[in-house]
Amino acid sequence: MSKTPSKLEKIIEAGHLAVTSEVGPPRSCDGHEIDHKAALIKDYVDAVNVTDNQTSVVRLCSLAACIKLKLLGLEPVLQMTTRDRNRIAMQSDILGAASFGINNMLCLTGDHQSFGDHPNAANVFDLDSTQLIQTIKMMRDEGKLLGGYEMAKRPEMFIGAAENPFAGPNVALRAARLAKKVAAGAEFIQTQCIYNIPKFKEWMQMIVDRGLDSKVSILAGVTPFKSLGMARYMKNKVPGMDVPDSQIDRLKGVPKEKQAEEGIKMCIEMMQELKEVKGVKGFHIMAIEWEEKVSELVKGAGLYPRPQV
Amino acid sequence: MIKATPKPLDEVISYIKDYNKILVAGCDGCVTVCEAGGMKEAKVLAASLRLYFQAQGKEAEIKETTVTRQCDKEYLDELKDLMESADAVISIACGVGIQYLTENYSKKIVFPGVDTHFMGANIDRGIFEERCAGCGQCVLASTGGICPIARCSKRMLNGPCGGSDNGKCEISKEVPCGWQLIYDRLEALGQLDRFETPVDPKNWATSRDGGPRRIVREDLRKAEPAHGGAH
Repeated sequence: MSKTPSKLEKIIEAGHLAVTSEVGPPRSCDGHEIDHKAALIKDYVDAVNVTDNQTSVVRLCSLAACIKLKLLGLEPVLQMTTRDRNRIAMQSDILGAASFGINNMLCLTGDHQSFGDHPNAANVFDLDSTQLIQTIKMMRDEGKLLGGYEMAKRPEMFIGAAENPFAGPNVALRAARLAKKVAAGAEFIQTQCIYNIPKFKEWMQMIVDRGLDSKVSILAGVTPFKSLGMARYMKNKVPGMDVPDSQIDRLKGVPKEKQAEEGIKMCIEMMQELKEVKGVKGFHIMAIEWEEKVSELVKGAGLYPRPQV
Repeated sequence: MIKATPKPLDEVISYIKDYNKILVAGCDGCVTVCEAGGMKEAKVLAASLRLYFQAQGKEAEIKETTVTRQCDKEYLDELKDLMESADAVISIACGVGIQYLTENYSKKIVFPGVDTHFMGANIDRGIFEERCAGCGQCVLASTGGICPIARCSKRMLNGPCGGSDNGKCEISKEVPCGWQLIYDRLEALGQLDRFETPVDPKNWATSRDGGPRRIVREDLRKAEPAHGGAH
């Protein structure tokens, strides 16, 4: 039985492999960009994440973009980082989102502001991602704010979190941390971009061994390489990203103008392999500024058409 | 202890260039240890200021001194004569000392000669690192003696985040991941089970978020002064 009206929850519950993708809002107030990106992916995904000032760069706010998507008839996933808002602002935004029928959230701590366009900003970090999960669960299941106030109406959120199997200290700790997020109330997980499949499988096996796969739905995160340059950047510059040399070498082996095509091919092959991994309940496609390729990936991985629930 | 660093000389000069009688007031406490505001640094700053005024062809009288602690009234009282003879004061104590000196000599203009940074340890000669964020509610008992608030860039209580990379923090390869340190310590102590249970939201009211803080220790107020000071 679904706990919420979330379409994403229903699709997972019906036993389908779920597909989510994301829309990164513009660095301006041009809402048409959101319409445009949404139109590119809407028929190929079950729900659409809206990033929250990703990499600490100021963008049109996730909540406004989610409302826009909802009004366009899409199923938004409100991403929320604890970097920029305290528990007062976050709970307020959760209530605001719920009032528009937004039923999915992804709880994140967020990249440090030193990465972004306002490195001199103060950060908040009143809560961390795990505590944000606890907060939403309390609001939904107990009908209470963190401060104890009992609400007349509860926000019906399908609660999501991220996990990075490739970050430190090791795979076992990353599995333990997932267990912690599940204990806090996480119901679906969108993972960091997967490139190192053996390591992902190792992590996934630990999740299955702990019986966590029956408590939380894991959507495997994938991002296609647009070029060799991007692959190298992801490998060398993005903390917690694990790109094996074999993937770099494969892109190196094709002429520059064919690298994008090869990147898509690699991503589809990976999705096909990940589909068979026990515990994987779907995919989260992060086609960064390459939304027009989502359809190709979904079709290529045999995940089209999307189920109706 | 409190860690500070000397302000750039140009900035200090910009504060006092229009005064003639200047007192450089150091402190024998924390800032002496971190070599930012002790007698040695007071002498160096005073000498630099004399050179500046000399080069400008301006007459100026510059004195230097230190007191045991600028954060104690009884020691600030010792500065009475020197303060009276100065028309501007540069305190090279920490931010606490600078303010307390100002509070106790309200008619004098006091300028800061250091930047005060954090509570930290002396890692090596000239290397100081933050260890305590003064949150007012110590969590070290559950984190293997390593503070996630001071040592995690995101002060997470349920770390490490996904940016922890080969033991380093996502903000810099020079910064160790605080949660990696906690993990290593708890592993050595056989307490990794602490990573399994969520830690609830912290009460930040005991931290700076609760407003300016004050401690009233009734037990101490009733007791005899330990060092015969002016209480």
